[in-house]
Amino acid sequence: MLVGLFNNWIVILLMMIGLYIVIAHGNLIKKIVGLTILQTSVFIFYISMAKVEGGTAPILDSKIILYSNPLPHALILTAIVVGIATMALGLALVVRIKEAYGSVEEEDIQRQDNLLSPEKKKGKQT
Amino acid sequence: MVVAVAIIRMRDLFATIMLAGLYGLLSASFFVTMDAVDVAFTEAAVGAGISTLLMLVAITMTGRSENTARHKPLLALVVVIITGALLIYGTLDMPFFGFKDAPIHSHVASRYINNSNQEIGIPNIVTSVLASYRAFDTFGEVVVIFTAGIGVLTLLAFVRCASTNEESDEIGSYNDLMHKQHLVVRIVTKMLIPFILLFALYVQFHGDFGPGGGFQAGVIFSAAIILYTMLFGLKTARRVINQGFIQLIAATGVLLFASVGVVSMLNGGEFLDYNVLSSSPIAGQHLGILVIEWGVGCTVASVMIIIFFSFADRIEMQKSIKKHNKKNKESTSC
Repeated sequence: MLVGLFNNWIVILLMMIGLYIVIAHGNLIKKIVGLTILQTSVFIFYISMAKVEGGTAPILDSKIILYSNPLPHALILTAIVVGIATMALGLALVVRIKEAYGSVEEEDIQRQDNLLSPEKKKGKQT
Repeated sequence: MVVAVAIIRMRDLFATIMLAGLYGLLSASFFVTMDAVDVAFTEAAVGAGISTLLMLVAITMTGRSENTARHKPLLALVVVIITGALLIYGTLDMPFFGFKDAPIHSHVASRYINNSNQEIGIPNIVTSVLASYRAFDTFGEVVVIFTAGIGVLTLLAFVRCASTNEESDEIGSYNDLMHKQHLVVRIVTKMLIPFILLFALYVQFHGDFGPGGGFQAGVIFSAAIILYTMLFGLKTARRVINQGFIQLIAATGVLLFASVGVVSMLNGGEFLDYNVLSSSPIAGQHLGILVIEWGVGCTVASVMIIIFFSFADRIEMQKSIKKHNKKNKESTSC
């Protein structure tokens, strides 16, 4: 009886893998990969919801009666492209961080911040 | 798919990114089996193509190895497991997979399927939902993409220094060297690029009838340009498409979309109501969707190219700075 929910479980598994990468890894690039996985899991969730047993792709034809739900498709289609645009923005930030700190590891950045923060404040004031 | 994701926890970032690309391709094929052909199209071009590429460009600047230490993996694992368990408990109330009478299918979706043929007159329902019923959303998303492009530009752009004469020669000779090495790739690419561009245009204008549309076409088009840039160097590509021109196109795309809305308002309809654009509602819808898809395609393609160019520019700048530093060091040591 529970087999009908397996698509949701796969989505949750993927989502949790993505979440784990985001939390546990210090490398910022790896974090972005994790976010991408999380994002894709949501896409899969929407698309698998739209599926109708025995239906076909939502392109009208006189011979076909049953279609899958077109609304999630339209939503996810735009979400994918928006996703890559925002991902590029994130990567750009990472590149700038690398230039400023010489590292993309979260702990290194934190350490440098702790060391530098009093001096930086002085620098800003002058 | 789970297998592909499980390996992503590797140390080497290069392998990670390649696996992420593979994951994108796999999810694209999954979307095909789920009947979402339009989405699969986009995911194949974006997930397996451009995102992999951007990540690779980014790691050339940030280094490819990852620090082995993870902070508090146990805590993270606990949090993840608890969240996952709660979510799985939540799914017990969900409708079964492929169930025809699920709540999601009972509201507007049936109206789209039943009436879009009379109201919009194009076979691809996804396109009519995207470009006509939900044109407001799409407009917002195009603006988001445009803003992201501007953001990348502001983060990575720099003022070009004037003394790049000898360096440009150096870069040119470096490119020539690379071209001799990749003769086969270069020639095959040269033959492929026109077809990729043509295919992008086909996807753009055939989006009303089959899977396709502005978003996919934009991504495919920019993929062709990026391929060209990778093989022939940024300098050559810049000569073909200069920065100002491409920024202009990105802005024009958004403006085109908005102006369609304004024109329909001037004709007595609501914002983005295409029925009033032409003599009959269906012709108006056709015209509106065509123009809007064109605007979307322009913006997406040029924003992707802008993003790639800014990343590539950044790399060259870093290289030239390193060279400068080396030269300075040598001169001081002498």
